Amino acid sequence: MPQATRPMVRAESVHKRFGRLEVLRGIDLEVQPREVMMLIGPSGSGKSTFLRCINHLEQINAGRIWVDGELVGYRQVGTTLYELHEHELAQRRAEIGMVFQRFNLFPHMTALQNVIEAPMLVKRVPRGKAVERARRLLERVGLAEKADAYPAQLSGGQQQRVAIARALAMEPKLMLFDEPTSALDPELVGEVLAVMRQLAHDGMTMIVVTHEMQFAREVGDRVVFMDGGVVVEQGPPAEVLANPKHERTRSFLARIL
Amino acid sequence: MAADVEHGTTFTVVPVRRYGQIVLAGVVALLVAWLAAAGASSHFINPAVVGQYLLNPLILGGLANTIFVSIAAMLIGIVLGVFFAVMKMSSNTVLAAVSGFYIWFFRGTPVLVQLIFWFNGVPAVFHDLALGIPFTDVIFFSMPMVAFMTPLAASLLGLGLNEGAYMAEIVRGGILAVDEGQVEAAQALGMVSAQTMRRIILPQAMRVIIPPIGNEFISMLKTSSLASVVTFGELLRRASDIYSSNLFVVELLVVASLWYLLLTTVASIGQYYVEKRFARGTARAERETPWQAVLRNLMKLRR
Ligand SMILES: Nc1ncnc2c1ncn2[C@@H]1O[C@H](COP(=O)(O)OP(=O)(O)OP(=O)(O)O)[C@@H](O)[C@H]1O
Ligand SMILES: [Mg+2]
Repeated sequence: MPQATRPMVRAESVHKRFGRLEVLRGIDLEVQPREVMMLIGPSGSGKSTFLRCINHLEQINAGRIWVDGELVGYRQVGTTLYELHEHELAQRRAEIGMVFQRFNLFPHMTALQNVIEAPMLVKRVPRGKAVERARRLLERVGLAEKADAYPAQLSGGQQQRVAIARALAMEPKLMLFDEPTSALDPELVGEVLAVMRQLAHDGMTMIVVTHEMQFAREVGDRVVFMDGGVVVEQGPPAEVLANPKHERTRSFLARIL
Repeated sequence: MAADVEHGTTFTVVPVRRYGQIVLAGVVALLVAWLAAAGASSHFINPAVVGQYLLNPLILGGLANTIFVSIAAMLIGIVLGVFFAVMKMSSNTVLAAVSGFYIWFFRGTPVLVQLIFWFNGVPAVFHDLALGIPFTDVIFFSMPMVAFMTPLAASLLGLGLNEGAYMAEIVRGGILAVDEGQVEAAQALGMVSAQTMRRIILPQAMRVIIPPIGNEFISMLKTSSLASVVTFGELLRRASDIYSSNLFVVELLVVASLWYLLLTTVASIGQYYVEKRFARGTARAERETPWQAVLRNLMKLRR
């Protein structure tokens, strides 16, 4: 497993409630730079919520999260936490790529426009440069010839690959994937996993929520099993998936394999 | 009668006779004929007078004013509508409440009352219109209210503010129709909420908003006739100015009505093409002919 002095993500005793429902009940985790962490767990265990807390799409109720050494959502001075202004939050989010189960491409824009929109709007990249980069990214995900297609004209697998290119266009230092293949027809899963595999190979730091155990085993540096808002078990994929120590992990794996 | 051949036997098919409809159609035809005869015999309408005033310069000027005030009030309404829709959806409760009040008030009172209020009420209460710093004596600019509140100004304020309240609800519906995932995706890419609204949400909301904007505009062409009460020289006002001196009341109302019918029909045809463009893939857009769309639009009796 890659080692570094400063973790890319560090979560300390993270709690999140929705009303009276406690979804995250003290999550402690570290993700090292260039590490690929596979997050697994039953439905409702809080996996998506945890991902959304990392880029502050959800505000946590207690605990702290750091991304690349910077506190998420707050500025800490002594023992006081100052909430960040919207523009500062947006700047931090711009450095974290996110890929959604339902792609969430912008339907009124072509594939190319989807990819150049945020770099031009948020990072003020000149159009020519943004287009050039976008074409390279679309080529990287195997969709060079679909640049001018609208999302509705693309298959699910193609849409998800555009969504990955769109996230990469912001040159993120961390990529969050929330069940990127769950909404896909089985025959389209492979093409998306292939792109993610390449990304992992190129050294991207990734947190991937997935039900693809084969993929988790092959590409993950570490597997984390969550249940009921806590981390139950974690370790190298081969160990966790082949010889789970906890009963809950075992019964979960037995159910989905 | 259609014939059917089966195993050598010939059947005669007799469709159901809808006697009720035949009787009804007869009665209606009689009524129409009677009205036409009554009109002709009593010199109800003098067609020559109608023809004479149809292209009268005053009437044509009124037509131009009607088109202008309708378009201008619509534009004011759209800008206000977007503004108040976004405000109503704000997490800031003060902003949301102010917007809610605006929509409630302007939709809940007759636009005729609002027009009279701007034209007669406001100048009666406020003598001067001044721009300055509140609660100080600093004034940058001041003019008498009566000079500001011209018939055109009152018409634009009355019609535009009223339309803004309706548009706010239409725009809000359009924004709510956009998938929540779009906001998340935009935020995750580092867009702030204003950028998300402008680049991601509003363009998608347009698909939902544009067809009702067409309906609103068709309504506005007719509603603008209310501006006649604040002496704005639109079509109806010009017609009534003429008939109050020559007493050809019905003829001039016919002239005005013919122009209104032309305006709403042309706008409805335009609406048909716009809707067709924005409703691609839905069943209704495929089936309807332009004429059916015109009738459907004119049948809407909202105001
Ligand atoms: N915005 C919200 N408001 C209220 N409850 C929520 C909200 N988001 C999530 N929840 C609840 O929090 C719990 C955890 O949800 P979460 O989406 O994080 O689970 P998950 O592990 O991603 O599950 P899945 O595998 O089904 O995606 C669920 O019970 C869900 O209903
Ligand atoms: Mg989830």
